[in-house]
Amino acid sequence: MKEYLLGNVAIAKGLLEAGAGVVAGYPGTPSSEIIESLASLKGDLPIHVEWSVNEKVALEVAIGASWTGARAVATMKHVGLNVAADPFMTLAYLGVGGGIVVIIADDPFCHSSQNEQDTRRYAQFAAVPCLDPVDPGVAKEMVTYGFELSEKLNVPVMLRPTTRVSHARSDVEASHTAEIRRGSGFVKNPARRVSLPVHVRPLHVELLEKQKKIEEALALTPWNSLRLSGVHGVIASGISSLYAEEALIEMDLDLSFLKVGTFPAPSDMIRLIVEHASKVMIVEELEPVLEEQVERVARKYNPDLEILGKGSGHIPRFGELDQLYVRNAIASMEGQPARSGPILGEALKILPSRPPGLCPGCSHRATYYAMRKAFGRDAVFPSDIGCYTMAVHMGTVDTCLCMGASITLASGIRFGGEEKGICCSLGDSTFLHGGMTGLLNAAYNKARITVTILDNSTTAMTGHQPHPGTGFTATGKWSEPVSLEAIARALGAESVETVNPYDIDSAVDAFKRARDYPGLSVVIAKQACVITARRNGQKPQAFRVNDKCEGCRICVEFGCPAIEFEGEKARINNLCAGCGVCAWICPSSAIEVMK
Amino acid sequence: MKTSECDIVIVGVGGQGVILISDVLGRAAVKAGMPVRGAETHGMAQRGGSVINHIRLGCRFSPMVPTGGADVLLALEPAEALRFGHYLSRDGVAMINTDPVLPISVTMGKSVYPGLEDIVDPLSEVCKEVKTLDATSLARKAGTSQAMNVVMLGALSKYIPIKEELLLDALCDVVPKRHLDANKRAFQIGKAEVE
Repeated sequence: MKEYLLGNVAIAKGLLEAGAGVVAGYPGTPSSEIIESLASLKGDLPIHVEWSVNEKVALEVAIGASWTGARAVATMKHVGLNVAADPFMTLAYLGVGGGIVVIIADDPFCHSSQNEQDTRRYAQFAAVPCLDPVDPGVAKEMVTYGFELSEKLNVPVMLRPTTRVSHARSDVEASHTAEIRRGSGFVKNPARRVSLPVHVRPLHVELLEKQKKIEEALALTPWNSLRLSGVHGVIASGISSLYAEEALIEMDLDLSFLKVGTFPAPSDMIRLIVEHASKVMIVEELEPVLEEQVERVARKYNPDLEILGKGSGHIPRFGELDQLYVRNAIASMEGQPARSGPILGEALKILPSRPPGLCPGCSHRATYYAMRKAFGRDAVFPSDIGCYTMAVHMGTVDTCLCMGASITLASGIRFGGEEKGICCSLGDSTFLHGGMTGLLNAAYNKARITVTILDNSTTAMTGHQPHPGTGFTATGKWSEPVSLEAIARALGAESVETVNPYDIDSAVDAFKRARDYPGLSVVIAKQACVITARRNGQKPQAFRVNDKCEGCRICVEFGCPAIEFEGEKARINNLCAGCGVCAWICPSSAIEVMK
Repeated sequence: MKTSECDIVIVGVGGQGVILISDVLGRAAVKAGMPVRGAETHGMAQRGGSVINHIRLGCRFSPMVPTGGADVLLALEPAEALRFGHYLSRDGVAMINTDPVLPISVTMGKSVYPGLEDIVDPLSEVCKEVKTLDATSLARKAGTSQAMNVVMLGALSKYIPIKEELLLDALCDVVPKRHLDANKRAFQIGKAEVE
C-alpha cells in the first residue's frame, strides 16, 4: 500500500525497514523530521532513538553502537558534519561493526542555513560512498542498501538528501518494520579500534584499496542508469537528474542520458557516454563533483568532448536548481529557445517584504530590548544560531558564524582590542551544543564580556526538540533537567544571574550589573517559548490600548507583530500572546490588561 | 509532452495552514492511485514568513511546479498571490483569499499594504482567470476562522482531477475529530462559492 510521505519520514521508515538499532542526531533543518518521526513511536520499538547534545556526540554514539554489532545511524544537517568531522574522518579508517549510515541533509540555497556546503565533498574527503537520492521513495530504499554496503565493505556509508528530497513528498510504498539489529557486545580489537599511528597507517592503505570495490558495488545499484542515443548527452545526479529527465521528456529530445545516484559516480558508464557523445551537459547542484569526474574520464577516452556545466557557466555553483532552469540550460545546448514564466515586473514593486521574524510575545525580543537599554546601541553584540538570529533588525545581533561562536567571537573581539561593552547571546540548546567550551575558555582566559543565555527551554527554530535542560529525552522519557546556572558557575563564571525577560525593569537592571562587572558575567534570560506555552494550554492575558495613547510609536518600534498603528493610535491585534512587555514599555501607561 | 496532470501552487503566510491543504491533496491522490509529488516549506520561513507548497497530481518528476506551469495558484493571502504569481501558467487560475495578514513592515508603518485591485489586475493579465473570495469570513460562517484553509480547499476542489469524496476522505484523516464537522462545512461553503 502506498502512503503520501515526507522525504524525512520515508527515510525514518527505511531505518525501521532496515532494522536500525541505534539512531542519534542533533536537530537541524532540513534533517530534523527523521528522528522526530522515530521518536513519535515513544519507545514502542526496541530501538534507541536520541537527540544528542551535538552532532559530534551523535556520530560517536552511533559508532559505539555499531562496534557492538548494532546497525547505527547519525542524522544531522550539512553544517552539523563540520562539528562531527573529527570522528567521521577517522571512522572511515577504523571501519564499522554493524552497518553505519550517516545521514547528512544538504540545503542548497540556504533556505534555513548559514552556508550551502556540498556534503558530497566530505564523502570524497573521507573516501566513503555517498548515496544521492532523487526523491523520498529512493531515499527510503537507499537506507537498507546503505547498511548492507557498509557491512560488506566495512566502511560508513553516507546518505545525502537535499532540502527538496527531505521536504518533498511523494507516493511511497509503505514498508514493514524488520527485526531490530541490536548489537551482541563490544569485541576488543585494538588494531581496528585504537587509532594509534601504528594501527592507522595500514588502515589508510586498506581504505584506499577499497575504493575500487566501492565504485564497482555502487555501479550495480539501480540508481545509476544510462541510455545511449543522440550524440549530445546529459549527465545529471541527485534531484537534478529528475529535473533533467522531465525536461528531456517535455521537450521530446533524443539525447543520451546518464542518471547518477551514487558517488563515486560509475566510471564505466561515464566512459560509455563520453566515448559516444560529442557534447555533454553536466547537471548537478552546488559543487562540480560529477563534472570533475567526467572531465577526468574524458581526458583519457575522448579529449575532444565538449563539456558544458559549471566550467562553461551553464549551471551555477550556488543556489538550488529547478526544472525550468535545467530545461533552459539543456535547450540552450540544443539551440532551442528558453521558456519563461509570466513577468510581473513593476507590479511586484508594491509588495511589502515578509521576512520570517520573532513570534508575537517572543521573550527574545524582550531580552534584546533590555540588553540594548543597558548596554546602549554602540556596544558589540555577537549572537548565534537560533530563532533569535531573526532579531538582526534590533541591532543586538552583530555576528552569527556557527553554533556556539557567540561567546568565542566575543572573547576574541575583546582580546583583539575592542574597548566598548560586549554582550553576546545564544539560546539554551545552542549553549549546550557548542557554547559550553567557549564559556569555559572565556572564564579561563579572563574575557571581560557578558554572555546571555536566551533560555526558552526548547530547540525552537528546528521545531521544538527537547535537550538536557528540558527534562525530557527525544522519546519523552523523564531525564532530570540540568541547571544552566550551575553549568555556567562550574565552567568558571563568577557572576551569574537568572532573570525573567518579561519583567523588563528587572532585566535591564540585571544587564546593567552584568555590564559593570569587572570580568566574565552571565545573564540567563529564562522564559518559555510562546509556541510551547500555547501548546501547553497557557491562556494569555488580553491587552488593549486605552485613550491615554499619545501616538508616540514607542510600542510600535518594539517590533511586535501584535501591535499595529491605526490612525494616530496604537492597537493590539488578535496575534497578541499576552506577554505584557509593551505595557511596561509604554511611557503613557496606555496599554492595559483587559478585565 | 505533458509531464504532470495538474500542477498546483499553494501560498500563504507561516501558520495559515498551507501544509494541511497539500497533505489532503496528496493523500487523496494516493487514494485515487495517482502518482503525486509535492514540496513543502519547513524551517525558518514558518515563523511568519512567506510560505509556498507545490503539489503535482499525476506526476513522477520534480516535486516543485516549474515557473509558469501552475494550473492553479491557491493563495491564502492576497499579497502572497502576487509574490508567487510567476508560477501561473497562461491557462492557469488564481484563487485568492482576500483577507490580508499584515507583515511587520506594514504594522510598523514602514511600508503600505497594496489594494486588492493592485494585486488582482496584474495577475489577470498573466493567467486565464482570477477568482477572489473572503475565505476567512466564509470560514467563520462554517464555525471557525481557523478553517479558512479548508474553505480554499473546497473552492480548489472544482478545478482538480480528484473526486470530492476522496478529498473529504483525506480531510477526515488529517483533521482532529472534534473539528471535523466545521471543516466539512467549510469545504462545502468554499465549493459553493465558485459554483
